[in-house]
Amino acid sequence: MLEIQNVTKSFGALEVLRGVDLTVEKGDVAAIIGPSGSGKTTLLRCMNFLERAGSGTMIFDGERVDLARVSGKEAARLRRKTAFVFQSYNLFRNKTALQNVTEGLTVARKIPREQAAETARRALRKVGMLDRADHYPHQLSGGQQQRVAIARAIAPDPEIIYFDEPTSALDPELTGEVLAVMRQLAEEGMTMLVVTHEMGFARNVSSKVVFMEDGRIVESGTARELFEHPRQQRTRAFLQTVPGVAE
Amino acid sequence: MNTRLLEILADSFPKILIPGLTVTIPLTAISFSLAMVIAVAMALVQFARVPVLTQLCRFYIWVFRGTPLLVQLFTVFFGMPKMGIRIDPFPAAVIVFSLNEGAYCAETVRAALESVPAGQLEAGYCAGMTWMQTMRRIILPQAMRTAFPPLSNSLIAMVKDTSLAANITVVEMFRAAEQINARVYEPLALYIEVGLIYLMFSTVLTWLQRAGERKLGAYENQEV
Repeated sequence: MLEIQNVTKSFGALEVLRGVDLTVEKGDVAAIIGPSGSGKTTLLRCMNFLERAGSGTMIFDGERVDLARVSGKEAARLRRKTAFVFQSYNLFRNKTALQNVTEGLTVARKIPREQAAETARRALRKVGMLDRADHYPHQLSGGQQQRVAIARAIAPDPEIIYFDEPTSALDPELTGEVLAVMRQLAEEGMTMLVVTHEMGFARNVSSKVVFMEDGRIVESGTARELFEHPRQQRTRAFLQTVPGVAE
Repeated sequence: MNTRLLEILADSFPKILIPGLTVTIPLTAISFSLAMVIAVAMALVQFARVPVLTQLCRFYIWVFRGTPLLVQLFTVFFGMPKMGIRIDPFPAAVIVFSLNEGAYCAETVRAALESVPAGQLEAGYCAGMTWMQTMRRIILPQAMRTAFPPLSNSLIAMVKDTSLAANITVVEMFRAAEQINARVYEPLALYIEVGLIYLMFSTVLTWLQRAGERKLGAYENQEV
């Protein structure tokens, strides 16, 4: 359903992505893991046009897109088929939880207000935030904000949701509630591409794990293959350094 | 205090207040509204880094912030007729005040736009919104809340600056007071009186500012 080919990206002289290929099938929950600075987040941002790739092609939903040349209008149209969950939530600070969810429906997708509100309430109920629908972001905890952000992501029924380290900004006791929501989405068959440091999630929830280092994909496979029988020395070395992997 | 002075003060009060209500306030209101339009447009152009237009904005701001308001008033009202452009006092004042104030407020609004975290714009994009939609619905409302206190400041300053229009024959409050003074020669009493009326106007605006801030405070700026 989604394929990227030979994606590169540099910030000045720094090469962040050195030719990345990746395929995500419908219903996949793909986790991208790897050390800090390996280019995971940049890859995700290039895929949703938040960064302009130096080169690379994306085939998404049957359409071929040149990641280096996509226009603003084209990007906006393609983004309406996707959703993005940020590390720092990025809820609209001037909107309530409910309005955060309806905004993308009424403004970007021209869905009638009533219908959008109904959809938004369903999404908020799913993430357990319906009782906070009228709260502003600053009145919510980090975990609650991230759950609203997930409601905002699922409400338009996207083809795929990108998650950029969704629990990294949260206190340990709050990550559980966000991971539980993500696990639930995965079980419902939502296609997800998740950059994460949560090895538990990568291992137990994802259908596919991708290990990135130095702007390249070193190894990918099922969670079992990658965690239990890593083929590459560098993957083994990485897995030994992160907590929550060794049994 | 002698009765003559009291009589002059009582007699002059409505004669100063009425031009205040019919000239000073409309002059301020019209000029400030236009200034806001200019400021937001200029700030957006700079925020979006539109080529050429950004340089033109910088030039305009440079000129209008770098020259005295009084010189600008004189140039437009007394100078332009030399080029065959004759503008009545009130519209001339509106033009100068809005351009001058627009230059200052453009900087206020630009700074406020830049204070909105980049993640807000990205979140708008990712929700499928265009730049314009995100600016209008998400970024500008947040920026205007940040800009509200300094803009209120500018508005209060402007009410008082309109007294400069007296120099180009606009009969606003200050000129009205001067005209009375020319007849009765009580400068101390009359200037204090007109000063107090300005103070009254500013006080009302300060209240409005506070009420406005309370209303906008429904959501608070949050540290991210």
